[in-house]
Amino acid sequence: MTTIATQPALQSRTFAGMTGRAVAVAAIVIAVAAALPLVLSNYQVGLATEILIFGVLAMSIDILAGFAGRTSLGHGAIFGVSTYVVVYATAQAGLSPATSFALGIAAATLVAVVFGLLAVRTSGVYFLLLTLALGMIVWGICLRWTQVTGGENGMRGDVRPEWLVSHRAFYWAVLAAASLVSYAMWRFVRSPFGLTLLGIRDSESRMRSLGYNVSVHLFVGFAVSGFFAGVAGALYAMFNNFVSPSTVALAQSVEGVLMMIAGGVGTLFGGFVGAAAIIALENVVSSYTERWQMVLGITFILIMIFTPEGIIGTLRAMLKRKER
Amino acid sequence: MIVSEPILTLADVVVAFDALRAVDGVSLTVPRGQRRAIIGPNGAGKTTLFNAIAGALPPTGGRIAFDGHDVTKLPPHRRAQLGISRTFQITNLFPRLSVQDNMVLALRGRSTRKFSLFGKPDVDGAEAPQIAAALDAVRIAARADVMVKDLSYGEQRQLEIALSLVTSPRLLLLDEPAAGLSPSERSMVAEIIRALDRDITVVLIEHDMDLALGLVDLVTCMFEGRVLVEESPDEIRRNKQVQEVYLGRPRHA
Repeated sequence: MTTIATQPALQSRTFAGMTGRAVAVAAIVIAVAAALPLVLSNYQVGLATEILIFGVLAMSIDILAGFAGRTSLGHGAIFGVSTYVVVYATAQAGLSPATSFALGIAAATLVAVVFGLLAVRTSGVYFLLLTLALGMIVWGICLRWTQVTGGENGMRGDVRPEWLVSHRAFYWAVLAAASLVSYAMWRFVRSPFGLTLLGIRDSESRMRSLGYNVSVHLFVGFAVSGFFAGVAGALYAMFNNFVSPSTVALAQSVEGVLMMIAGGVGTLFGGFVGAAAIIALENVVSSYTERWQMVLGITFILIMIFTPEGIIGTLRAMLKRKER
Repeated sequence: MIVSEPILTLADVVVAFDALRAVDGVSLTVPRGQRRAIIGPNGAGKTTLFNAIAGALPPTGGRIAFDGHDVTKLPPHRRAQLGISRTFQITNLFPRLSVQDNMVLALRGRSTRKFSLFGKPDVDGAEAPQIAAALDAVRIAARADVMVKDLSYGEQRQLEIALSLVTSPRLLLLDEPAAGLSPSERSMVAEIIRALDRDITVVLIEHDMDLALGLVDLVTCMFEGRVLVEESPDEIRRNKQVQEVYLGRPRHA
């Protein structure tokens, strides 16, 4: 305890000691994930791809919810704008997949910037409702601007470049992208800037009195989070080759938030676990009953009651107790 | 007392909440390096005045000048950048972060490192000694790795001071630093304040008269939003008016 001055700044305990061990864990997880297509059917590889994509979306929501303490119900819309732009740019404007991909992310970031400008002065329920309303506007535009978006019918387009057409190749590409952006998000939340988001979560007034312009920090956090949601949306365009208003609908935002919560708020990587749990559940249960949404609802209630910290959060707490 | 140029000047400052004038035309001048106490009964407007100086509540009238800048309309974070630092009467820390991370946040409030989006979180060679010194000054260096919500109340009050101290502010506003502490903890807080660098101008609100009067050069007594008297600690002790506002007017037989 006497070496405090020379010790590196330990981030709140959840981050501590993730250096050497974290690299090993990440390498093992990625290796296992990369080996999955060798044993899974095409259908299951598709599910795994979807899990990776929605895991990235859930993580992007967690940047705001778990670190800045602001839960967004507009991220489905940000995600979906990216999907729309990518499909439109390839199918209608005839641009290359790479250009479309970049445009999709740029558009999502732009939407996040607008959302951020409007929402950063609010918190709690007001933030929730404002982002929900902004998301509804995007949904309304996608539904009504028929000439461009195809309205309710949506838009179809072969977004994937030829070398990614096979299920396996696409899965590996998504795995690479998801690993990259996960690393970026991890670096982001544990950076000096990420610490300021945690500070804002705990006390805005103290942050102000220490010299922080809280609105600017939340705005940057929102824009960065939107960028990552845009990456997920662009990947989804390639995955689905189709986009319709349901991609930007409230249900999409809610699903992202629920995946984040099921994995564990503030755990970041819990996003993948939550996405896996929910997508698996949806698919398993829906093969038995048409009322799978009811089962999903009950599952959420059980998660809220018994493991409010989410799957990863609960596991971490158990590990900590063991270590003591 | 050495008279030097003022670091803080308030001219006819008013903070009104609708019809209630919580601070009602306060003018005061604090010279650089002074230790000043603001006393007064509950509801006198002391904390509201602090909020006006720190920027948490914009004044509805009057002017506030700090170190040659008119700060009347500046938001709190801009005032902090200029070197105004404060503690809170009701403990206001980052409870779910470690003591160390609380200090890191406090230290980086005035540096550009707070905008490092993907940089390393570790404290650098310049930051570490500053944090260690501030934690030493308030005697919680041994608790650096503890989560703030797990600290005792007394330790939280000590950290409260450390956070406002670590950036080497030019004006330190202490809002009841000893509130709710035991007598031994109080005397420790008094020692911490007494040991502060004399270059730091200190304005403190305190209800404990013995504590406050033993620490300061000059005392401003507020009553009903106005300055009642401004005198040295010794004079304040004997001042009939001050006794009256605290204890009520004596009944004559």
